[in-house]
Amino acid sequence: MVSATATATNGNGHENGVGDGVVIDCRIENLYYGDFHAVRDTHVPIRKGTITAFIGPSGCGKSTALRCVNRMNDLVRGFRFSGHVHFRGQDIYGRSIDPVAVRRSIGMVFQQPNPFAMSIYRNVAFGLRLNRFKGDVDEQVERALRGAALWDEVKDKLSASGLSLSGGQQQRLCIARAIATEPEVLLMDEPCSALDPIATRRIEELMLELKERFTIAIVTHNLQQAARVADWTGFMMVDTSRGGRTGYLVEFEETKKLFDEPAEDLTREYLQGEFS
Amino acid sequence: MIPPEGIGAARRGATGDPPRIDVPDLERSLKNVRTLFSALMSVVTVTASVVALYPLFSVLYLLIVRGGRRLGLSLFTELPPGAGMIGGGIGNAIVGTLVTVGLAAVLAVPFGILAAIYLAEYGDGSRVAGVVRFSAKVLTGMPSILTGVFAYAAVVVVTGSFSAVAGAVALSILVLPIVMLTAEEAIRMVPHKMKEAAIGMGATDTQTTLRVTLPTAMPAILTGVMLSLSRAMGETAPLLFTALFSDFWFEGGLGEPIATLAVLIYNFSGSPFDNQIDLAWAASLVLVAIVLVINLAGQALTKRPERR
Ligand SMILES: Nc1ncnc2c1ncn2[C@@H]1O[C@H](COP(=O)(O)OP(=O)(O)OP(=O)(O)O)[C@@H](O)[C@H]1O
Ligand SMILES: [Mg+2]
Repeated sequence: MVSATATATNGNGHENGVGDGVVIDCRIENLYYGDFHAVRDTHVPIRKGTITAFIGPSGCGKSTALRCVNRMNDLVRGFRFSGHVHFRGQDIYGRSIDPVAVRRSIGMVFQQPNPFAMSIYRNVAFGLRLNRFKGDVDEQVERALRGAALWDEVKDKLSASGLSLSGGQQQRLCIARAIATEPEVLLMDEPCSALDPIATRRIEELMLELKERFTIAIVTHNLQQAARVADWTGFMMVDTSRGGRTGYLVEFEETKKLFDEPAEDLTREYLQGEFS
Repeated sequence: MIPPEGIGAARRGATGDPPRIDVPDLERSLKNVRTLFSALMSVVTVTASVVALYPLFSVLYLLIVRGGRRLGLSLFTELPPGAGMIGGGIGNAIVGTLVTVGLAAVLAVPFGILAAIYLAEYGDGSRVAGVVRFSAKVLTGMPSILTGVFAYAAVVVVTGSFSAVAGAVALSILVLPIVMLTAEEAIRMVPHKMKEAAIGMGATDTQTTLRVTLPTAMPAILTGVMLSLSRAMGETAPLLFTALFSDFWFEGGLGEPIATLAVLIYNFSGSPFDNQIDLAWAASLVLVAIVLVINLAGQALTKRPERR
């Protein structure tokens, strides 16, 4: 593990780690789940006020890489990691770092909707209460639900259980819950996989709105979506050459450049395969 | 690209032959062995449940017919009558049962839930957890009279008197393992992704447990609590030489013997006096009613519409 002092040599070790606009500098050298070598050599700088997308085939470690950024992988038994994730000039894997504090600044929407078994209102207010939010909770809840394009559907039943919603509604509830606390960075793991095209568009618009204030990283299987919303895109792939199934970053570029003139053959093949 | 004739046309074109599909016979018919078997099994299961309910309803019927005779205000406001006397009630035993079982709940439920949290969330796979879980399972199968013997030795002998506390201790030993095991199961049933969501929001382990896991598991935990308290309420053996009995009203003396419905039923049902036998029936009815009310209340509590 690289120590926090490495920041100084990192080039973006300014006070807030935003020297060249990079809020989060995620460098995964090797990542293991127990004996399983899941990801290697993945370096993704996430720039402030942009949307960064991860694309690639299923199982290549996109979720794993994303979950590294707010230390969600800590929950997995046998998780080992070498590399660093710099956030505001600090290595969040540093010894003195409290993962709880990290997660309050870096929110997450998960691949599968996971609302709490409580009312819609309390789902959204959950993070506000955790953070001892001082303002008007009702107003903030409404704002978050509107932001997630869910308000009109639930405004008359805020006290109904979050679990009573449809799958797509649940996912939007989770998005509302995550944006209610206005985290500095928002990680979204395939936020639209359970949504219809209209809700998907709405969420994409939301992401574009939000990136003015937050920094967003998403995982998506929908290449058009990456092309539509992302400023930067990382393409990941599985390497089976050494007998395992280790994911790694093939290419990280500005979205337009990656889609129009990819530097790597692998990227071109993948994009062609998916688009035709 | 899809050809203008449609996908089916393309596929047929490729293989030459149109695909043949046998139309299955969809009509339900008793001639079919599977249908017959399924119908037979329905009959068997319905019969079995009716047979299983029969004793329950006959007991209830008997309780209502025989115990209902003495139902009246005096049943709840008067003290048990002595041998050969007429009238009287079981007021002090009702209060005593509620006090003893309530005290047992206070002793056992918090312990049980906390232990369950440890078993399900923190000590998973550890040696301590394994030993504790095994002991709890053994404890659920223990004859209830043994908990009475234990409380007698641990409380009555030590303090030098039969007491409500001793009775409550005996009952709490019965309640504890049931609460613990059902609560552990309930906590385990909370989906992992829900906890993940809380942790992803920046909740600490404690906050996750208190604000997400426990509330989600609470209905199932309460069911376990209700079940075990109902069972404790009917237990006589653990109380016989711990709480003993009292012919007087409970006046806050937890260190003194206390009357309970279970012991009253035990004492009076063998009595040669009709008055006391009638009261034993009435007490049984009241006991069943209390258990019913507790369970209904528990259900209402867990289904309570949520505040925003
Ligand atoms: N908790 C875990 N424990 C062990 N192995 C895991 C765990 N989570 C993921 N993996 C493995 O790590 C690899 C990468 O998984 P990951 O979920 O990151 O893929 P992904 O790119 O997000 O795939 P998808 O697009 O299907 O969601 C897979 O081979 C997966 O089996
Ligand atoms: Mg994934």
